[in-house]
Amino acid sequence: MTTLDSSKEIQKNNSEVNETHEDFRMFGLITFLIADGMTFAGFFAAYLTYKAVNPLPDGAIYELELPIPTLNTILLLVSSATFHKAGKALLKDKNSDSQKWLFFTAFLGIIFLICQLFEYFHLPFGLTDNLFASTFYALTGFHGLHVTLGTLMILIIAWQSRINGGRLSSQNMFPLEAVELYWHFVDGIWVVLFIILYLF
Amino acid sequence: MTISIDPQKTNNESLQPKGWLRYFSFSLDHKVIGIQYLVCGFLFYLIGGTLASAIRIELASPMSDFMPRDVYNQVLTLHGTIMIFLWIVPVVNGAFGNYLIPFYVGARDMAFPRLNAVAFWLIPPSGLMLVASYFVEGAAQAGWTAYPPLSITTPQSGQIIWILSVLLLGGSSIFGGINFIATIIKLRRPGLKLMQLPMYCWAMLGTSLLVVLSTPVLAGTLILLSFDIIANTGFFNPVLGGNVVVYQHLFWFYSHPAVYIMVLPAFGLVSEILPVHARKPLFGYTTMVFSIMGIVVLGLVVWAHHMFTSGTPPWMRLFFTIATAFIAVPTGIKFFNWVATLWGGKISINSAMLFSCGFIINFVFGGITGVALAQVPFDIHVHDTYFVVAHFHYIVYGGTVFIIFSSIYHWFPKVTGKMLNEKLGILHFIITFIGFNLCFAPQHWLGLNGMPRRVAEYDPQFQFVNQISSLGALLMAISTIPFLINVFLSVRNGKNAGDNPWNALTPEWLTSSPPPVENWEGEAPLVEEPYGYGKEISEQK
Repeated sequence: MTTLDSSKEIQKNNSEVNETHEDFRMFGLITFLIADGMTFAGFFAAYLTYKAVNPLPDGAIYELELPIPTLNTILLLVSSATFHKAGKALLKDKNSDSQKWLFFTAFLGIIFLICQLFEYFHLPFGLTDNLFASTFYALTGFHGLHVTLGTLMILIIAWQSRINGGRLSSQNMFPLEAVELYWHFVDGIWVVLFIILYLF
Repeated sequence: MTISIDPQKTNNESLQPKGWLRYFSFSLDHKVIGIQYLVCGFLFYLIGGTLASAIRIELASPMSDFMPRDVYNQVLTLHGTIMIFLWIVPVVNGAFGNYLIPFYVGARDMAFPRLNAVAFWLIPPSGLMLVASYFVEGAAQAGWTAYPPLSITTPQSGQIIWILSVLLLGGSSIFGGINFIATIIKLRRPGLKLMQLPMYCWAMLGTSLLVVLSTPVLAGTLILLSFDIIANTGFFNPVLGGNVVVYQHLFWFYSHPAVYIMVLPAFGLVSEILPVHARKPLFGYTTMVFSIMGIVVLGLVVWAHHMFTSGTPPWMRLFFTIATAFIAVPTGIKFFNWVATLWGGKISINSAMLFSCGFIINFVFGGITGVALAQVPFDIHVHDTYFVVAHFHYIVYGGTVFIIFSSIYHWFPKVTGKMLNEKLGILHFIITFIGFNLCFAPQHWLGLNGMPRRVAEYDPQFQFVNQISSLGALLMAISTIPFLINVFLSVRNGKNAGDNPWNALTPEWLTSSPPPVENWEGEAPLVEEPYGYGKEISEQK
């Protein structure tokens, strides 16, 4: 049960019943994530088509180094778990624990971005070198944008959970649940991206 | 989980400006937003119509004497983009969807009122950006499809603004789609079953699914295209090893469903209008629902029929021809149902009914040429000729725009409480119908004889037929005059309509006209039979 600021509730003049409806913000978010996933699907389809029909010029075929992306995969998977911990802590009204877990999750996100930048600077190709390079940067960059936005949102909800009974509390779990779902989605996309781009 | 009706919103509502000023505010009322969509869309329709007139003036003579060739390309690009992204999609989805869907599901507003307002307010700035892109050096001239390599080799500043504007409009469309899905699935009045919803709800549900699944792909494609222009990457540039056909696949993955995004809501609206004015229940409700969903599913897997001349392999041609031919089945079912609804009905001949019947006639014709175009041998013959232009104008103008006008005549009393003048309305219909057919029917002949589209100059042997077409365009331009006079006169001094001038049974008529801020005084009525015409009043209750 969540209510939006029940103290400020205003009784309507034209109806005695205090009308309520189901909370479908999560439903809306899921619909949005499906749409967002379709953008990635478009990018993946383009990448796989290029791979199938557009042969690269000689000397433009690279063995991608695996250690950094593997580390990044682990970082994101761990961050999904720590985010889950934050939610559990908040449910038990342990705001400071929850906040710690959130900050740790954001920290993992930032490390991920730093690793990604490090990888960018050490790759043997640049954005405009060839088709594979362009698609690589477009895909990882678009995903990196999602991670950046996610990290910012985690920092915001971590800040909001600083006081017990504040804006983010066990009575109002939605912001945390929404960002958590988004974060899991971004992780899932990374796993697919890692398999298609690096392993496949 | 339950949530109380957002008190913040009720608060805002009382603070918001009253009267016409609220149409310029960030209003959260779905009815205000619906009218905002409609009026904003209509203004862009006038701009797009002016551009269309310019195109037809140019084509009245075989040489490019009215405007230079590159200006002609820019004008047709702007015409197509404005008509699709700023007139038809926002109006047939946003305007009528926002106004009607909350009534139909028995709600007080859309599921996400703020998102709704944001979705609308993305449109005017991006529309202005699009119009402004024309005045920048190197205005977009690659058509509304923005096919590379043309879009990345011609001067590009205008093309980039064009891309940004379409991205914003796509975002607006996605927000709208999310809102409609949530409203129809989640916000239904308790006791109202899915299979009791008026048909427009089903049409909007199908449309919104297409919007949510396909628009993001267009967004991704346009981002890649803008990289090609700004950062000199080679996704779609063959010189740099890229592949233009990939752009076409991704583009049409959105833009074929976009055809259904433009016509499915019109199918829904006509299903609301016909039963009311024929005083008969909608024929075949269940088959209607299944054919809408069939069109949604099939609509997602037919995109490559736009690309039969792009070196598509034979298996792909075969698959997409068959899939496209299949779409004729659910569409045919719907037309059968509409004709059966009219059959033996007590038909009143008024403007709304006339425009709906005009829609049926035009759309059947456009549908038949559509099935013809899906056949590879025929398509290769007429690809990129005026036959295609004629076909899709029969779908989007003869189909959707006729229904937009029909809906305006039908729901004007609901929105304003005043009737529109019937004589002017029938005059509007006659001029539009004659002008439209005069303009586009001859273009089939032009296409079959090989006149290419998107070219400012043509073989002089086509001049006479082109002049007939231009005459039709002139009539279409004139037809907006009685309509505008009608609207302005009727808003001020129209006959009072009463709450339910058509004696309709769908829920939006069961409240006062114009409706109160939160739609209903007291609880929303439970309408189990929105099409229960021809029964005793006592049976309906």
